[in-house]
Amino acid sequence: MADTMVGSNLSAVRPGLATVVEDWSSDQRAFKNVTWGKAMMWIFLVSDTFIFGSFLIAYMTVRMSTTVPWPNPSEVFALTLFGKELPLILIAIMTFVLISSSGTMALAVNYGYRKKRITTFLLLMMTALLGATFVGMQAFEWTKLIVEEGVRPWGNPMGAAQFGATFFMITGFHGTHVSIGVIFLVIVAIKVIRGDLDSEKPGFMTGRKGRYEIVETMGLYWHFVDLVWVFIFAFFYLW
Amino acid sequence: MTTRTGQQHPLGIYLKIWLLLFVLSTASYMVDYYHLQGYLRWTLILIFMVLKAGLIIAVFMHMAWERLAFVYAIVVPPALLATFIGIGALEANYTHLTRLLFFSPEQTAIVHGH
Repeated sequence: MADTMVGSNLSAVRPGLATVVEDWSSDQRAFKNVTWGKAMMWIFLVSDTFIFGSFLIAYMTVRMSTTVPWPNPSEVFALTLFGKELPLILIAIMTFVLISSSGTMALAVNYGYRKKRITTFLLLMMTALLGATFVGMQAFEWTKLIVEEGVRPWGNPMGAAQFGATFFMITGFHGTHVSIGVIFLVIVAIKVIRGDLDSEKPGFMTGRKGRYEIVETMGLYWHFVDLVWVFIFAFFYLW
Repeated sequence: MTTRTGQQHPLGIYLKIWLLLFVLSTASYMVDYYHLQGYLRWTLILIFMVLKAGLIIAVFMHMAWERLAFVYAIVVPPALLATFIGIGALEANYTHLTRLLFFSPEQTAIVHGH
């Protein structure tokens, strides 16, 4: 089995920059201690990076090239809480919710490798719940923007028409990622609590043996969703 | 013990990074809350963004513990996006200038010789 050699032979290999050439030219497998499942998730995430990158670059070009003033996100996304007008407050809360879900996800991965079934399940469900909360708040934000502020993909009363198009495209695509993530989190959580990963029960779609590595792979996707939000928060909401 | 194929690290590091991400997010929110403007605003936004992204990739996604061959395969391709940003910015500036030239009322007057 290829997996049994993972990690054991590495001590013989030299460290540092030389390993890059060595690993890639070794005529075996370039990614020594990374299983293909994990490598494929990373490669998917790289492709996803290009998708979100293209969206954000498109947003940059339309915002730079428009001669009409850009609506001020700080005011557009302000909410009145406890009688006080707070700029961008909903977005800030959404950011904290998503970061917290990343935290619980990281802990879930850790407890998974310790084979703590119940704790891993609870942490995964908490991550899913925080993710669902994020999507819920986004739904609220969209509703407010469409119904109260009159923002449309083709125009809005506040300024540059491109505001709506880029906003709905970028946050919509991100929200879709979060929603899909929540669904998969629940699937992985069910596998964990049923003991599929301990008993190495084959998956219903892939037929691969259950193992706690899938929690880490799931984690990579989830952290990526959080990562994308960091860039959206900086470039769309704060800029 | 199981064979160590996965990433196992002390819990403390995740909790510390979690806290740090909260602090950095609060800091970037404060940039908006105190209405900082201009280069100060943009610099701070970028610094906090890069720090947050770096911490998530390095610790939560375990990149700090992966082998270099793998890290390069994943991290280097997105660097291409820098080129796209450059091309996009050039194009946007050009579009902006032509719009100023042809769409603003007084400029239209100049172009048409009124």
